[in-house]
Amino acid sequence: MKIITVVSNSLCTFLELVLICTNSSYLLMYFLTLSIFVNGQEVTQEKQGDTILPIHLEEVILISAKKHFDYQKQAKPLSSIDEYLESAQKVNMVKRGAYAWEPMLNNMSSERLSITIDGMRIFGACTDKMDPITSYVDVSNLSEAKIASGQQGAEQGVCIGGAIDLKIDKSNFKENLFTMSLEDGFETNNELKVLGAEANYSNATFYIDGDIIYRKAENYFAGGGEEVNFSQYEKYNLSLNGGYKFDTGHQLTTTIIYDEARDVGYPALPMDVSLAQAVITSVSYEQDALGILSTWKSKVYFNKVTHVMDDSQRPDVPIRMDMPGWSDTYGFFSQANLKTDKHSFLFKLDGFYNRSLAEMTMYPNNPEEAPMFMLTWPDVRTLNTGVYMEDTIGFKESSLKVSTRVTAHNNRIADEFGLNSLRIFYPDIEASQTRFLSSISAQYSKQFKPFQLNFGVSYGTRAPSVSEGYGFYLFNSFDNHDYVGNPDLQNEQSIEANVKISLKKSKFTISMDGNIFRMPDFIIGEIDSTLSTMTIGADGVKIYTNLRYADMINLSLNTEYKILPELMWSGFVSYHRGADNQNRDLPFISPLAYRSFIRYNKESLYGELSIRGAGKQVNFNPEFGEDQTLAYTVFSMALGKTFYISNNQLYAKAGIENIFDKYYSTYTDWRNVPRMGRNFFFTISYKIN
Amino acid sequence: MKTIKLFISFTILFIIFVSCSSDDDDIVEVNPVAELNLVTEFKTNGHIIELYSKNNNFTTGYNEVYIRIKDLTSENYFSDAEITWIPMMHMVDREHSCPKSTLTLTENTTVSKGFLIFQMSGNVEEYWDLKLNYKVNGNTFETTHRIEVFLPADGKQKVSVFKGSDDTRYILAMVAPAEPEVKVNDFVATLYKMENMMSFPVVENYKITVDPRMPGMGNHSSPNNKDLTYDAISKMYRGKLSLTMTGYWKINLKLLNDKNEVLKGEDVTDENPESSLYFELEF
Repeated sequence: MKIITVVSNSLCTFLELVLICTNSSYLLMYFLTLSIFVNGQEVTQEKQGDTILPIHLEEVILISAKKHFDYQKQAKPLSSIDEYLESAQKVNMVKRGAYAWEPMLNNMSSERLSITIDGMRIFGACTDKMDPITSYVDVSNLSEAKIASGQQGAEQGVCIGGAIDLKIDKSNFKENLFTMSLEDGFETNNELKVLGAEANYSNATFYIDGDIIYRKAENYFAGGGEEVNFSQYEKYNLSLNGGYKFDTGHQLTTTIIYDEARDVGYPALPMDVSLAQAVITSVSYEQDALGILSTWKSKVYFNKVTHVMDDSQRPDVPIRMDMPGWSDTYGFFSQANLKTDKHSFLFKLDGFYNRSLAEMTMYPNNPEEAPMFMLTWPDVRTLNTGVYMEDTIGFKESSLKVSTRVTAHNNRIADEFGLNSLRIFYPDIEASQTRFLSSISAQYSKQFKPFQLNFGVSYGTRAPSVSEGYGFYLFNSFDNHDYVGNPDLQNEQSIEANVKISLKKSKFTISMDGNIFRMPDFIIGEIDSTLSTMTIGADGVKIYTNLRYADMINLSLNTEYKILPELMWSGFVSYHRGADNQNRDLPFISPLAYRSFIRYNKESLYGELSIRGAGKQVNFNPEFGEDQTLAYTVFSMALGKTFYISNNQLYAKAGIENIFDKYYSTYTDWRNVPRMGRNFFFTISYKIN
Repeated sequence: MKTIKLFISFTILFIIFVSCSSDDDDIVEVNPVAELNLVTEFKTNGHIIELYSKNNNFTTGYNEVYIRIKDLTSENYFSDAEITWIPMMHMVDREHSCPKSTLTLTENTTVSKGFLIFQMSGNVEEYWDLKLNYKVNGNTFETTHRIEVFLPADGKQKVSVFKGSDDTRYILAMVAPAEPEVKVNDFVATLYKMENMMSFPVVENYKITVDPRMPGMGNHSSPNNKDLTYDAISKMYRGKLSLTMTGYWKINLKLLNDKNEVLKGEDVTDENPESSLYFELEF
């Protein structure tokens, strides 16, 4: 039955895509015109040269060990995707509990980022950001996470802070591959049990991968032994990938992921989640060449997210309520490269159509009274189509990358009830609204051996998110205010400059990295004291508004030293600051943070000792619900060993996190919910070749 | 060739004719009370007098009443009936009438329309009756019948009878929204003064402030309400009522006279969760 639904849904996908295409015909024209322009350059085109220095400003977090089985490189192989992302230098995770952390990049969260799964746009269905899309995949699905800062992420979609693209792990027509593996993990602190299995079959013309993972955790205990109630969760994830090669240079691939979490507690929030479910599907076609273009890749996708908030487990709440939400996204993209000896072009056309609907029903304490119903997301349909182009130009020992994105963005309130609700605040709003968004960036890289210098400037705009534009009394427990969207918001802009200097020696690497954002029309909620709160116990109502501007700066210093070939030390320090035009501190800006590890890795043995910590938070803003976070330092260690049983590998790893059982919370911990105390973890993987 | 053309033309014409005329062969009698409910009927003087309402019965507060009179012998409804009415409450110790409109003919001339605002419901010992004077086909008739007036089924207050600080008795009744929605609703009310037991003149040019609250939601209020002000054309008070969600709402009111003196009602504050003058809604 489920399969039938999926099929009929995919059928709708195609219908919707036709709609998107007709709507974006002018963009298509633009794209075609460009192709003609490119054709004019055909004369200069020669064999694809590799002379151009790539500009690698992306940070790549390796997740899967499917291909390499180099668990040695990972301190904790079966950890959640959230823990992997947290290990990235530019990423911080907002925690509302033990599950579904929300990634922040350059101290900016979901609405300022483009978070994609293999290039697919997915949007959480929770009005309270309890389901960042990273919660709908698991490490078993993924090979790596690509993190691009600022407008460098514009390839994946409209963004301000950057992009995170989670790459799905595929066997990709590898010859004669047939593997199976079983994985088992256990953690003591919250009795987390992880069970995983996967099977991969691949040959030159065909591959199929399947995996399943199951996680179940009880409440965790903070440092000192305090139980953090409502921090349990249970989830499972299934995925299936397949590919078929017709002949050399033409291939069709498909992906289906099903993810379901139940009974997820959110200790920092007044509500939990009884169901968070996603179906993620895609079909891709790839062709090696298209005329003068190479690597022509196209994908159509559909995903459906269902999220049900529930407070039935909470002993005392002012009022019982149900808050289900739905988010369906249909999308496509098509991209191709063009390489000449000096230029490397990338052209991409993409689009998505999203439907976001969320409702709230409250049950009065007096059972005689009628339930109270409102639409918190009034069935907002977002149609977004864009063209992205980039050109990397190679010079002697240097290269320049210029890129641009043009996007048309339309929002429409499809529900009459929702439109009438918003008209209480905005009597004149139209159901439909179109915006044009743009992004342009230039990035220059130069080698002065042993130094490398990167710098860039860029400009980008974004449209308000569904909550910012159309949210209706969304309660934010962080600052204890109800938020009302504002359809009259201007596009938020971002002017960004970045620089990175690195010194690379055979044993020693040091790099300094910095970026600065000036964001005119920065979108943030401001108190409207004339409005009455909806949520019982809330302190006030905030309306999303455009500030004149806000500024953010991020600086970091990263060093790596290979003491011995098998012994490596790494240290990382970062400084962040964010303030608005009145010099008010912006919320969720990291204090001075540091991390360091020393790692031993030789043949089958692995050991790591790490510390991470932060200084006392100096810049914080009670207006946005913040209080001062104290300094902390946390120590962890891990040990691993690989055993060989005939041809097969057995890998065991164990470790301790928060060795000294420190009670702490960080600036990203929602309402100071404490982090996990001492935790022992064990993982065992058995791979049959 | 010509015959073929002619044949085709005729065929087309025929089809057009048939398809166009299919519906209006017989003029469908539009039932003027199709959307209404028959609340009660009086058999009198060889006539049946039918009283209709949008609701199933008469309740305290504002009641729109539709009347038509049927001739028992011809089974036809009289057109252009001239009807006047006097509602009367028979209490244990006294009798009084209630605010009312005149009855006017609707588009369909067999039906007359007006409204009555009952201050109270009937009970075992006290009851309402309705005296009707009507003129049909040049003959004048009179009849009086008992009518049942109930409290609203949801028990919510739609009318308030009170003595103002000026020692005058007022009757304030909610006319709209009859079917409230989550939106900015048109808010309509009538205000009458009780001059004596039988006379209830419309009070003009006063003002009624509006503050809707949800007692079940920590007294949540809504933005962009508009106070009720007098509309001389309809002789009613008109304003706007924003309702941000479904559920139980208490519409707190304050009556101000033309000199902006408060005659009844208080501001809602943290200490004073409700006004003594209010309406209730639940949807």
